[in-house]
Formats: sequence, C-alpha cells, structure tokens
Amino acid sequence: MPLITIDDQQIEIAAGSTVMDAARAAGIYIPHFCYHKKLSIAASCRMCLIEVEKAPKPLPACATPVTDGMVVRSYSAKAVEAQKGVMEFLLINHPLDCPICDQGGECQLQDIAVGYGGVASRYAEAKRVVKEKDLGPLVATDMTRCIHCSRCVRFGQEIAGIMELGMPGRGEHTEVMPFLEHHVSSELSGNVIDLCPVGALTSKPFRFSARSWEMARRKGISPHDGLGSNLALQVKDNRVMRVTPVDNEAINECWLADRDRFSYQALNSAERLTRPMVKDGGRWVEVDWPKAMAFAAGALKVIRDTHGASAIGFIASPHQTVEELYLFQKLARALGCENIDSRIDRVDFSGRRDGVEWLGMAVTDLNKLDRVLLVASTVRKEQPLIAQRLRQAVKKGAQVNVVHCADDDLLCSVANKLIARPSDLVNILAQVAKAVGADIDGLSDVVVSDAARAMAASLKSGEKKAVLLGAVAQQHPAASELHVLAQAIAKATGATLGFLVDSANAVGAGVVGCRPRQGGLNAAAMFVAPKKAYVILGAEPELDAADSAVAHQALAGAELVIALSPFKTAGADYAQVMLPVAAYAETAGSYVNMEGRLQSWCAAIPPQGEARTAWKVLRVLGNQFGLAGFDQDSAEQVLAEALPEGEATVRARLNNEIADVTVAHLNAAAGIERLGDTAVYQLDAYSRRAPALQVTVDGQVGHAAMACGALIARLGLSEDKPVKVRQSDAEVVFKLMRDDRLPDNVVRLAGGLAAAVQLGPRFGPISLEKM
Amino acid sequence: MISTIKRFFNTFLLIELLKGLAVTGRHLFARKITIQYPDERTPQSPRFRGLHAQRRYANGEERCIACKLCEAVCPAMAITIESAQRADGTRRTTRYDIDLTKCIFCGFCEEACPVDAIVETRIFEYHGERRGDLYYTKAMLLAVGDQYEAQIAADRAADAKYR
Repeated sequence: MPLITIDDQQIEIAAGSTVMDAARAAGIYIPHFCYHKKLSIAASCRMCLIEVEKAPKPLPACATPVTDGMVVRSYSAKAVEAQKGVMEFLLINHPLDCPICDQGGECQLQDIAVGYGGVASRYAEAKRVVKEKDLGPLVATDMTRCIHCSRCVRFGQEIAGIMELGMPGRGEHTEVMPFLEHHVSSELSGNVIDLCPVGALTSKPFRFSARSWEMARRKGISPHDGLGSNLALQVKDNRVMRVTPVDNEAINECWLADRDRFSYQALNSAERLTRPMVKDGGRWVEVDWPKAMAFAAGALKVIRDTHGASAIGFIASPHQTVEELYLFQKLARALGCENIDSRIDRVDFSGRRDGVEWLGMAVTDLNKLDRVLLVASTVRKEQPLIAQRLRQAVKKGAQVNVVHCADDDLLCSVANKLIARPSDLVNILAQVAKAVGADIDGLSDVVVSDAARAMAASLKSGEKKAVLLGAVAQQHPAASELHVLAQAIAKATGATLGFLVDSANAVGAGVVGCRPRQGGLNAAAMFVAPKKAYVILGAEPELDAADSAVAHQALAGAELVIALSPFKTAGADYAQVMLPVAAYAETAGSYVNMEGRLQSWCAAIPPQGEARTAWKVLRVLGNQFGLAGFDQDSAEQVLAEALPEGEATVRARLNNEIADVTVAHLNAAAGIERLGDTAVYQLDAYSRRAPALQVTVDGQVGHAAMACGALIARLGLSEDKPVKVRQSDAEVVFKLMRDDRLPDNVVRLAGGLAAAVQLGPRFGPISLEKM
Repeated sequence: MISTIKRFFNTFLLIELLKGLAVTGRHLFARKITIQYPDERTPQSPRFRGLHAQRRYANGEERCIACKLCEAVCPAMAITIESAQRADGTRRTTRYDIDLTKCIFCGFCEEACPVDAIVETRIFEYHGERRGDLYYTKAMLLAVGDQYEAQIAADRAADAKYR
C-alpha cells in the first residue's frame, strides 16, 4: 500500500485511491465542488488544486492517484494561490444574490469563498445570465447560479440511471439543461437538490419558506417503502419545512426517493384531523377526547355484547409503528377478537407460512448479487432505492432477469425478460421453475419457452443469487403459487428468496402479531363477509384493499367504524367516530425494515391540534374496557414489551418459507384484464396527500388507464382521451394513455385511486368503452 | 511644619469655599444647556436609532426580500419573519413583526440589511397604551417608512460616505 504524506501527516492508503480519498481518510479537508463520494470523478471545478512535490503545476486532488512516497501540501503558498485563483474565476459569473437564494447559509460556494477566496473581486464586466429551465414540480432552478460542477448530470447517468440533464455548449455557453425540454421525471430527481453545491437546483415545494439556520434537524424514518430510509426532518416553529437524507450506508446511502423527500407536505395538509369527531345524525360533530373515547368504547362494547367479539374487524395500516401495531393487536385479542390484519392489499393467503416475509438478506448484499430474478415487481416505483442498488450491481456485471406483467424500463440492462398478462404470470414463472429443474409438483403440462430456458441458464450460473418477489407478486390473486414457485427456483439455483416489502413496517406488523391466528379472519375475508364493526388504525381500506369496492361496501354497511387517523378525509363517509392520531413525524416509534432492522426515533414535532399519539389512544381505549396490561408510560416501554430482545426477537420470526400450496393457475384467462399495481404516489395516506408529488409525471400517470397501442387500436379508442372503464358492474371514466410496454389485453389502472374505488379488484377482467 | 501652617490659613480664610462659589458663579452667568422639552429639542444625528421603518423603492415596491438576516442578527430576538414566494415569483415576507418591547435599538438589523429595507428612524416619541401596541407588524412598519421616507433617505445620504 502506498504511503503518502499530506500536510506532514503520513497516510497509508490502498493503491488506486486518489489524493482526495487519502485526505478524507486522514481528516484533512480539501475544498471541492465537483467531487462527490458516490459519483465518478469529473475534475471540472479545479477547486481541489493541491501542491505535489516534484510536480511542476498544482494538481486536482480528486483526480490525482496516489503513488508511494508522494508528498502533498494542501495549504502551501502555491496551493492557496491556485485555490484563490479558481475561486475568483468561479465567482466571475456567479450572481451576488445570496440574500434571496434558498441555498444561502448552507451553500458550499459561500463557505468556500469565505474560507479560500479573495477579499474583493477584480471583475467589473457584465455577468452572464442563463435562461431558466423547467425541471417539473419538485426542483426549482436558478441556472445563472450554476458553476458547472456537473454533479446533477453525473447523478442522472450513474445513480438514477437516466440522463435527464445534460451540459451542452462550451466555455461560457455551457448550460445544464433537461434534454428536449422534457421535465425531469425520475423517481430519484430530488437528490439533485442535495447534490447541487450552489443554489442552482433547489426544492420547489420548500421555495423561500425558511432559512437553513432557522430549522432544527431531527431524525426520522421514512414511512413509505420497506427500506426505512433515514430522514432529517427540518423543523421550524413545530412544522416540518423540508426533509433531507441522513447518510446511512446500510440503507439509503446518501440518497432519498422523491416520495420520502416530499411527502412531508401531507403533515401540513388541510385534511389533517385535529379534533375528535363523532357522527351525530349523519353530521360530523367535534367533541372533546373523553366524550369521543367514551363513545367509541361504549359503542364497541355494545357490538361485542350483542354480536360477540368475532363480529368486530381490526384493520391496521402497515405504515404504523411497531408500538402502535403491538397495542392494536393486544387490544383486539384482549377483547377476544382474532380478526386482525395489516395485509390489506393481499388476496391470496393460502398455504402454510411459518414466519414473517422479509428481504432474506441485508440490503447492502443487493449490490453484491451476480444473478437476480425479479418476480412481478415495478421495482423503480415500488422501491426506488433498491432499484438503484440493483443498477449498481448490474454495472458490476450482475444479470437481472425479469418476470413481470409490464415491460417497465428498469434503466439498466436486463439479461432476460418474460412479460405476460397477470393471469399468465404463474405459467411463465412455472416455465422458469421447470427449466431450472425445480423440485415441485404440477409442472408436467408446462411447456418451457426458449426465453425461460435462457433465464434458467442465467440463474444457474453465477455465485450470489437472489429471487425477489415484488409487490405485484404479493398482491396477485395467485400470490401463494408465485411464492412457492419462487421458493422452488431459489432452492434449485442456490439463490436467496426475498420479498421486496412494500410498506414501511409490514415486517414489524407481522413480528408483533398483527396477523389473525387460529380462528381469525384475514383482511380480505373481513371484507368479503362483512363485520358489524371495524376498528381502523391509519389505513384507508377503501383505497388500500385488494378489492376496494367490497371493502368500501363492508365499511359503509357496518354498524360501527372507529377510525384512528391523522386525516379527516380517511373514513369521513363511513366512520362513526374519528380519533385524531399523530402522523409519523409527531410520534416516537419504531419501524422494522425489510431486512429486519429495527429503527426507532423520537417525535420531531408535537401532534397537530388535539391529536394524540396513537399508542396512547390505544392504551386509553384499553383502559376504557378495564383491560389489564394497558399501563405503559412511554413508547420505549411499549417497544420493550413488543420486542423484548429488540432486533433478536425480530430475527427469530423472519422466515420466507411456504408449504402446502399446489400450483394450479397455469392457464391464462381470456379477454382484457386489469393490472392494478400500486401507483408510486398512491402508496399510503401520506404520499396521497402530498400535492407536489401528485402533479409530477409519475403522479399524473398514476391517475390514468394505460394500454398498449395495439389494444387501443383494436378497440377503436384514441389515446389521451377519456374512456369508460368497466369492471364488475361499475363504470368509471379515466384518461386513456398509451404504453407500449404493456402486453396485449392488459389495462394498467393503479390500485389505491380514490376515483377507482367502485371498480373493485386490482386484478381480473376489465373492459374499455368509447365515451 | 510648613504644611500645617498652610492648612491653617486655608481653613481660616475659607479659600476652598470661595473656590467652590467661583464655580457656581461662573455657571450662574454662563449660557444654559437645559432643553425645555417638548418646547425645545436636542439636535439629532443622522445615525439616530429610533423607531423602525420598512422602506419602499421609488416605484412603490417594498424593499424587503425576506433574507432574514435581521432576524438572525437580532440579539434580542425581537424580529419574526415568515416568507413565501409571491405570485410574481419573487421572495417576499408574509409576516414581518418587530416586538419593540424586546428591541434594544442596537441597529444591527439595519446594518445587516442588504437592501436598506429595515431602518431605524429619528422617531423616539412613540408610545403604546395597551399591551401589544408596541408589537409592530409589517403594515405598521411600512406605514412609518412611507410617512418619513424623505427624512430617512436624507439621513442615509448624509451617512453614506462613512459607510
């Protein structure tokens, strides 16, 4: 290993490292703009010039490889002169508008100009002005401030996988711009806000609303996908003003998906429920807490006494914390009810599962995979940062094989793909299983295609392998069959079987027992055979459920619905009592992410209005019934009770194995069918209520019906026009959009849409009619 | 010995008393400096730090750009600002309050302001009759600015060469 000297400090560092790496390892700061630890080297800003002994000119630290015996000086007269010169050049065209710039106070250019720049500028000529660019509803631009470090451009190429920004022109005419005046629509686009060292790219929803020094940074965990990204909630006056990432190499590295970054808007939404409400003669009346609790407990007691505890259904959102879910199931069981579930969007519960489904490996292991089989996952939208990790794996030579219902662009090279209609999914996965020689019954009639054989060959080679089941595979009507086939493929190829868990605490919910045990009903069954009463924690079953129409009917027909929610619109039309509970940033709590990691946080802000943290509300509900074991004083106490040994308790309950499933659905259904995967910004109550996310390209597309050109032509319809969508007996008008990546006879209409509630199941026959 | 004699004569002849009376006498006939406020006023420096005002440009546009430097520098934390993007895309305050009961009139806000929007005027004779009267909002500050703009501008001009 080369031994180098930086500023009289000796450092031994791996060959091939740069001087910048060595300096960082030694804790020596060298000023820089274009260098970023996760991006390739550009050496375009020249700010990191340092003096190297025996080199005639100063060299850029970020692009100079270390050699043995190298002597580097980062603040010698020569280096300082070079840095000062570069700073003066950078400031020639940079406007002096720090007072109105959102980056002011957290600007690298500001800091480095003070630390390494001159005292006055000698430049008296006219400054350059650059035309504003429209980068969509999330990223605001002030391109005149750009210093051409190209971090945003490299981020697009290397991390997001799509080069949406480019830097055409030379010299003074260089401009960063979106190609062909397209919006930036990547699901990771918000990261350019953090990357930009100046105020050229800033957050649009946050624009001009606060200064960096006014806000306290409080830690939080993202409440959306199962990754559990670490957030810094930036708080001013008890209001979350914006969200930035907290570095965690094991989870989100230094990135955030746009969903994690901008969903804070929901916390300040006008739809927040701030006082308990009781329906009185069809009208909502605001009441105080004691009244609301007494009413809720009294009404629930009446139902239990007249119809029995099994006439009640307990439904929790898998985006709630471990503490809340634990007390929720404890309350249900103490009342003698086993109808409790958080898997609202699932239909197929057949087979014997012994544990809680999880990723099957550490998140960081995804980068090291050689072969991946992605089963029915819209991974870029479901798990934007997992998709990013797979992209890095592909760059290192991994082969990604895709079995899905839509040929979605993963923004990386895909080795083999098998795209089929949802009803044909079991068949194509069975082909792969047969081709790899999986030990499973019922595949004798399966005809193996060449593509399946190629995929099998890919899966049989390589060292580290994984079979990953996505959200569509988990929500599919034959989910257990897909699971058992994936398990067989994993076993035959030596791969790890994993689930891309699509909600923040689905693993935690399973671990603390938010599942029906002996004699209890699962979520789907609770709606198919309606209950007399429902207690709902944080969920919006009419949107989240696998069959929204059935769920809505069951809730509307129930005698009593108690909704614990941060939002008044959740349950307004069917609930009898709405209890305001704290949203994710307002409560202390814990999530268990898809790799089984337990992450706890403290409340960043107090609950809005009279809302209370949900675990306290549940504890008091327990007290109202006079139940034992509802006397916890803090979220920590609840957690200690729920998971006595913390992460070890979680790990003991993780298991992806399934048994007692026969593969039967091998024949595709005839006719047009619906693909109702969850739209990226319709995942949960928070993302639905973030206006900035809803107006993005992804947000808009999520509200349309999509079909391939051939199907549109055959039905005599026209794209970008409204079309009647008919499913079961219901009919709703949607905009029809063309997406040639869908197979024939498939209409993609996202689940979780308020407009599509009447339509019903996420999968199954559907028809399109001209208006 | 000599000093004892000196002290004896000084005391005997009341020299020190006469010295004191001489001072009194001198002041008795000198020009008086007492000002008969409010009929008479002391002269004020253009740098006088009195009541705050928010200024506008000649075209009527408010100067303040909501950079919040005054809020940050205020040692008494007397300034509260909220900002947002105005319909025309510019950065503006939606709230600009100064609590004059907290203010210590140090003038840092004026010094920090990059656009000379917040200034301290020569006005020192303001009062409040009720609790809260001395909590000045943006509209009140702008009104002060509008009323005294000529004086404010003249004072800034007089002091400009020293800044």
